[in-house]
Amino acid sequence: MRLSRSARLVAAAAATAMALTACGSGGDSGSGSDQVTLSVSLFGNFGYQELYKQYEKDHPNIKIQERTADYNAHHRDLATHLATNAGAADIEAVDTGFIAQMREVGNQFTDLGTERASEYLPWKWQASLTKDGKQIGYGTDVGGLAICYRRDLFQQAGLPADRDQVSAAWASGWDKYIALGEQFTKKAPKGTAFFDGGGALYNAVIGQAPVGFYNTDNSIVVSSNPEVRKAWDLVVQAIQANLSAKLIESSPEWNNGFAKGQFATIACPAWMMAKIKDQSKAFSGKWDVAAVPGGGGNWGGSYLTVPKQGKHVEEAKKLAAWLTAPDQQAKVFTTQGLLPSIPALYDKPEIGALKDPFFNNAPIGKIFTTAAKELKPQYQGPRAGDIQTTIRDGLVRVEQGKQSSEQSWTQTVSDVERLAK
Amino acid sequence: MAVKATLNRLDTKGSPYLYVAPFFILFGIFGLFPLIYTGYVSFNDWNLLDGGAHQWVGLANYREMLGDSYFWNALGNTLSIWVLSTVPQLLAALWIAHLLNHKLRARTSLRMGVLLPNITSIVAVTIVFTQLFGRDFGMINWLLGLVGVGPVDWQADTWSSHLAISTIVMWRWTGYNALIYLASMQAIPHDLYEAAELDGASPTQQFWRITVPNLRPTIIFTTVISTIGGLQIMAEPLLFAGTSTPTGGSDRQFQTIALFMYEQGFREFRFGYASAIAWTLCLIIAIFAVVNFLLTRRIAKDEE
Repeated sequence: MRLSRSARLVAAAAATAMALTACGSGGDSGSGSDQVTLSVSLFGNFGYQELYKQYEKDHPNIKIQERTADYNAHHRDLATHLATNAGAADIEAVDTGFIAQMREVGNQFTDLGTERASEYLPWKWQASLTKDGKQIGYGTDVGGLAICYRRDLFQQAGLPADRDQVSAAWASGWDKYIALGEQFTKKAPKGTAFFDGGGALYNAVIGQAPVGFYNTDNSIVVSSNPEVRKAWDLVVQAIQANLSAKLIESSPEWNNGFAKGQFATIACPAWMMAKIKDQSKAFSGKWDVAAVPGGGGNWGGSYLTVPKQGKHVEEAKKLAAWLTAPDQQAKVFTTQGLLPSIPALYDKPEIGALKDPFFNNAPIGKIFTTAAKELKPQYQGPRAGDIQTTIRDGLVRVEQGKQSSEQSWTQTVSDVERLAK
Repeated sequence: MAVKATLNRLDTKGSPYLYVAPFFILFGIFGLFPLIYTGYVSFNDWNLLDGGAHQWVGLANYREMLGDSYFWNALGNTLSIWVLSTVPQLLAALWIAHLLNHKLRARTSLRMGVLLPNITSIVAVTIVFTQLFGRDFGMINWLLGLVGVGPVDWQADTWSSHLAISTIVMWRWTGYNALIYLASMQAIPHDLYEAAELDGASPTQQFWRITVPNLRPTIIFTTVISTIGGLQIMAEPLLFAGTSTPTGGSDRQFQTIALFMYEQGFREFRFGYASAIAWTLCLIIAIFAVVNFLLTRRIAKDEE
C-alpha cells in the first residue's frame, strides 16, 4: 500500500486534471430529448457571456457551459485530454503560443474546412492549418500591440501625459522607452515602477521581430537568432535601470500590482485591456493607450478548436463558427476590446472609431487596427509557449538578482535545448 | 446433512477471505496494476501527445535520470523541505497533544479544532499562505518590517521558499499528528503518572520518562507516514509559484521530485521518463521508510 501510493502519482495527477474539469463536461444531454449541452473551455475572459445567451435563445435545444482555467493550466489540461482521448470540452480555446503544438497533432481535431479562409488575416488562418491542409481552429482575436499607461502617474512624475506626446516620445524605438522610464523613475511616486515585469516586456519586444523562436521548418533558433538576444539585452537593460516592478505576468502578485498601482506602463496587446479593466477598476479613466515603440507587432491571440473526442462535434462546429463570425468578433471588440482577426471589420466605423472611457476615451479602435495592419506576422513553432515561459524565468532570475544577464542567458539557452528534445 | 456441513465448513473457512477481498481487489486495480504498468512504461520512450507512440529503450530513462542535474536538484529540494517540515511538525504535535491531554475547559472543541487545518482544501490553504508570504504586500514581510527586518522575496531564494512551503505543510498536518498522539497518550495507564508524582517527578520528567517511551509505536507510525507524504509533496510548491508552471520557481529552487515528474510527464509529455522518476521516487520512499523505522525504534529504545 505504501509503495503503491507513489507509483499512483502519475495516474493521480492525470485523474486530478480530469476531475477538475469533469464538472464541465458531465451531464451532456437531457434524457432522450434533443437537448444538447456544449462545453466551452477557455483561459481568461473571452467576452462570450452575452453571446451565449443570444445563441441559446436562437437555439432552444442548446445549452452552453463555459469553464476557464489560467493560461498554463488550460493548455496543459488540453494536451492531457488529447493524449488520453478523454475529458476535452466540445470547444477548446488555444493561444498563439500553443497553436503550433496542437497543429502537430491535428488529427485529434475536427477539420473546420476552408470556406472561411478569405475572411481572415492570411497569417492568422495559416497558423492553425495543418501540413495536409486541415483547418483545426477558427481565429478569435489577434493581439496587436500598444502600450497602456497610467496618465496620472506620468503627470505626478512630471512627464507629458497626453497620448500623442507619449507615443511621439518613444516612437523611434525601445531605447527611447527606457530613456523615458529613467526620467519617470527620478520623480515617480514611491513604490511605482515603470513597467510590470521583464517577462511581459520581452514578449512585446520579440513579437515585433520578423523571426522569433522558430524557423518555418520548425527548428528552434533561440541561440542563433540575433533578434532573440537583442530583445533579451534590451529587457535586461530596462531591468538594470531599475524600471521593472519585477512581477510575473498573470501571477496573483501581478494582479495585486494593478490594484496597488505598482507600475505605470504595460505592454498592451488588445486582450490586455480586458485584464487591466478587471484588475484596476479603481483607476478607471486614469489609464490611457499609446502606440508601441518601434512599429507593429503581435503578442497572443487565440483560436477556437473542436476536438474530435467531443460528443457533439457538429453542434460544436456550428457554435465555434458563430462565435468567431464577423458580427460576433465585432461585438467582442466593442465590449471587451479583443481585436478581431477579420480585417474587413477594421474599416467599419463602429470598430475603427471606437473609444474607451476606461482608457480616457483613447481611440482604441484606431490604435489597434493600425497596429494590426502594420503587423509583420511571425511564425510560431510547436513549443513557442513553453520557450516563452523559459525565457521569462531567465529574466526573472536577473530581476531577483540571482544571476548576471550572461549566466542567466546561458542557462536559458540550455533549458530551451532541453525543451527541443 | 452433508451439504449443510460442507457449507458450514466453507462458511467458516471462506468467509474471512470474502470479507477482506474488497481491499485486495481494489488494491489490485488501483494500486498494483498502475504500479506494474508504470514500471513497464518506464522502460519505454513514450510520447503522451503523440497518440501514445512508444518504443522499448530498456534502462535508458533511468540512466538519463541519474545524469540529469534537474533530477538531483529536485531530490535535494524535496529532502530539504521534508526535514524542514517533518521535524518541527512532529515535535509541535507532541507538545500540543501533551497540552490537550490535560484537563482543559472546552476540551472537546479544542481537540476537534486542531484537526480543522487538515480538512480545509489544500488549494485554499496554499493560496492564503502564498499571499501571506507575498513579496510586496504579504503579511509576514509586514510583520518583519515592524521589527526592522527588510522584506524577503520568499519565492526567490532556496532557503526562503523551502521555509515558506514547509510552513504550509506544518500548518496542515501538525494537528492531525497531534490527535494521533493524543489518542495514544490516553491509552497510557494513569497510575504510572500517579506513581511518578508520588516519587516527586516533575511534569517535564513525566513527559520524557513516561509519555514519550510509551508513544514509541505511534511516533514510528507518524514519522513513516509524514515521510511518505513529505517526499511526495507537489501541490504546495506548484501553487506557491502562482502561475501554475511546474518548474518550481525561476531557478527550480523549489521544484520537488513529484513536481519534476509532473513537468516531464505533463509538460514535456515524456511519459516514459516521468514513469522512471515515479519508480525511483517509490524506491526512495521505501528506503526512507525502512531507515526511519530502524532509527526511530533505536531512539525510542535508548530512552527507555
